[in-house]
Amino acid sequence: MEIPRHWRLQKQRYALVGEECPHCSAKIFPARDVCPECGGEAKEPFRFSGRGSVYSYTVMNNAPAGFEKTLPYTIALVKLDEGPTVTAQLTDLNDEEVQIGMPVEMVTRRIKEDGDERGMLIYGYKFRPVMG
Amino acid sequence: MNKEKGSLLLRPNRPVGIVGYGAYVPQYRLPAVEIAQVWGMSEKSVPIKEKAVPGLDEDTVTMGIEAARNALKRAGIDPKELRAVWTGSESHPYAVKPSSTIIAEAIGASSHIQAADMEFACKAGTEAMIMAIGLVGSGMGDYALALGVDTAQGKPGDALEYTAAAGGAAFVIGPAEESAVEIISAYSFVTDTPDFWRRAYQHYPEHGQRFTGEPAYFKHVSTAAQTMMDESGTTAADYTYAVFHQPNAKFPKRVAKSLGFSEDQIRTGLLSPVIGNTYAGASPVGLTAILDEAQPGDRVLMVSYGSGAGSDALDLRVTERINAVRAKAPKTADYITRRVEIDYATYARYRGKLQMR
Amino acid sequence: MEKVYAAGIGQTPVGEHWDKSLSNLSSAAIQLALNNSATLHVDALYAGNMLASSASQQANLGTLIADNAGLTGVETFTAEAGEASGAAALRMGYIAVHSGLVRTALVVGVEKYTDAVGPEMAAETASGLDYDFEAMYGLTPEAQAGLLTARYLHTFNPPREALGAVSVLAHKNAVGNPKAMYRRAISPERYAAAGLPGDGLNMYDIAPYADGAAALLLTSDKKIAEATGGGLIELLASQSAVDALALHDRPDALAFSAVTASVHKALARARVEWAQVDLFELWDAFSIYGILSVEACGLAARGEGWRWLAEIDHSPAGDMPLVTMGGNKARGFPIGAAGVYQAVEAVVQLRGEAGENQVPGAKIALVQSMGGPASNVFTHIFARS
Repeated sequence: MEIPRHWRLQKQRYALVGEECPHCSAKIFPARDVCPECGGEAKEPFRFSGRGSVYSYTVMNNAPAGFEKTLPYTIALVKLDEGPTVTAQLTDLNDEEVQIGMPVEMVTRRIKEDGDERGMLIYGYKFRPVMG
Repeated sequence: MNKEKGSLLLRPNRPVGIVGYGAYVPQYRLPAVEIAQVWGMSEKSVPIKEKAVPGLDEDTVTMGIEAARNALKRAGIDPKELRAVWTGSESHPYAVKPSSTIIAEAIGASSHIQAADMEFACKAGTEAMIMAIGLVGSGMGDYALALGVDTAQGKPGDALEYTAAAGGAAFVIGPAEESAVEIISAYSFVTDTPDFWRRAYQHYPEHGQRFTGEPAYFKHVSTAAQTMMDESGTTAADYTYAVFHQPNAKFPKRVAKSLGFSEDQIRTGLLSPVIGNTYAGASPVGLTAILDEAQPGDRVLMVSYGSGAGSDALDLRVTERINAVRAKAPKTADYITRRVEIDYATYARYRGKLQMR
Repeated sequence: MEKVYAAGIGQTPVGEHWDKSLSNLSSAAIQLALNNSATLHVDALYAGNMLASSASQQANLGTLIADNAGLTGVETFTAEAGEASGAAALRMGYIAVHSGLVRTALVVGVEKYTDAVGPEMAAETASGLDYDFEAMYGLTPEAQAGLLTARYLHTFNPPREALGAVSVLAHKNAVGNPKAMYRRAISPERYAAAGLPGDGLNMYDIAPYADGAAALLLTSDKKIAEATGGGLIELLASQSAVDALALHDRPDALAFSAVTASVHKALARARVEWAQVDLFELWDAFSIYGILSVEACGLAARGEGWRWLAEIDHSPAGDMPLVTMGGNKARGFPIGAAGVYQAVEAVVQLRGEAGENQVPGAKIALVQSMGGPASNVFTHIFARS
């Protein structure tokens, strides 16, 4: 049971909480020890708006352990408005086709169980087409 | 007990209200005729048009998080100012470990909070609201978040399968002077009535068939509503809107009529025909739909019902702040019109009714 | 600093060896390599492997291999760099011998993909990704290739069926490789018929994971190397470079910048130019990786890699022979062992022992291996003196 590992990352996963570099103001996700832009020490929490666009996507028909029940699913690279890119599943898609460049917004959803029906539930970010 | 008129009403020391409200309804819809076809029942006698079904990655926690985020957007407060996050549901993902702590973490609340989960069938959400009134009204804190959310499970082939649905709402309760909706008073009527229950470790609930009518829903909703109005010196005519617990379309219409309310007064808040019965979310989500159109000065009577059994009545008055607040988050209608129709097979898969192991 | 020579090679066939363990496979390859060499004395054994620790619950693999192969008196440990683990072990062997601290090093790549089955294995192969922020959301190596393919198609608009060029070539060459897993040619029509999803891959875009072991003896002892036969083969350069681990952390995911860095350093070190390279064993774990590699190597302009691969003759007798023994796609993809297979295949070519796949007069071979989507890239250059 990978409890500590998932607990450590809760804030980041539930709410896209990353960092703002105090030296160069770069917005960083996920949190890193060293700013990838200027190399300075990065520690200030920064809550991303959750808005972004699809940089690329692919539909998965073969899943790794823990994801079989949700096949097929679409996974994407999402470029956040504030700069960084994240890997995340797209959700709440209907028959509408995903387009590269499509605007999306972050939602917090159930990612998987840790192991099986007895294990901890892991929640985290996914993205859906902007509502309305 | 002091028999003075009004003494049964719950009125806090300091006036409180709803500073922000928000709802969430998942996008999938299962038409009731689909269910009727599978079980060979008459398509003419379905109790509603369709119900909302949660996706594979949704549950009470995820829906609560979105409803809470919407409520916070409208409230405009820093989530760290909340002193409580209370979630009422009968489908908490964990039997032990509160949904409220996960929701609190996700919305950025501080650690200085109360955060237990509520259970009282379909009135767990309004219980949370009344607790929040107490916390803020006593001066113990300035803001509290109350949620009513459910991903109700219907036993396959059972009458309740038509209506057991998913959705929820959240309310930031705070000082009346900051509120979009003033809470004038609250009142609860509770008895030990076994109309509907689920034993621990059972997958689906049991219900008392027609016993769930008169001795249960109607008795408690009517008594709570009538007592609230008697103690307040009001009648149905004093209210612009009323919203009742809505397990189907018939019950709320019947109880409204018996209390003197017109169809016009209950129309906006009656959503079960198009999203089903969202259990602890039912009257709360109905209330959010009312708040999406109500005008300053409008008075609203909200009466929930939870099996087991009891009803919470809330007497509300919309303030000047409603128009500014309303625009800050999606309307409930936006969620309702966001609609993807599914069939029974997909529904069975999404609701985990297929044995995979 | 010593010169490093190849002095013995061995490889098992690549496939699903249900009946063979890590020990069986590695000792078979080692025996072949030692029989192929002019020495039986090994000072150090560097194992290249990605999955054994988790999929087979076997850590300290180098020790198990050495013990099982009856190699007493060696020093050993395992090098791990995702799918490039074999190349990492090769680099370790190069560093050891080149430094003069080790005289003869046995580089062994081995992988058992079939010790376990099911979605757990898909999770295993995803362990080379960023676990917390890629694998946790259900991303796999195949999905990464899908993301890159979709972005490439969107950006450069090549005909989708052109992306199968390396796969078709690999299958053709594998017919002449007795160690290959799939020894049947496929036509471009067959590639296209397998489906041309705009946002992903068809089965011919994905190299098949498999079991296998390959071994290469490196030595600074020129006499031993010469006595092996087939000419004196020197490992001229060994260079490695990294990129951000997660695809999403790269400013330009299609740039494969670690390929560029690694190959330039290697060519400079070997004092060789592309025009002099006789064959290029590129990394074809997925079709898109071959395309992005040739662009990153400067063999084709950005967005033109697909055209360079589809329109130029890359067969053994062609302008720039690629995947001469079937590549990962058709020879099979024994993950952490693949880098050593590539090196062994390069040596086979330089010795003139490649049979119907022989690149005529092959003198210089460039071998490139990568962990993930060019997250960690190793370039090795072999030359026949």
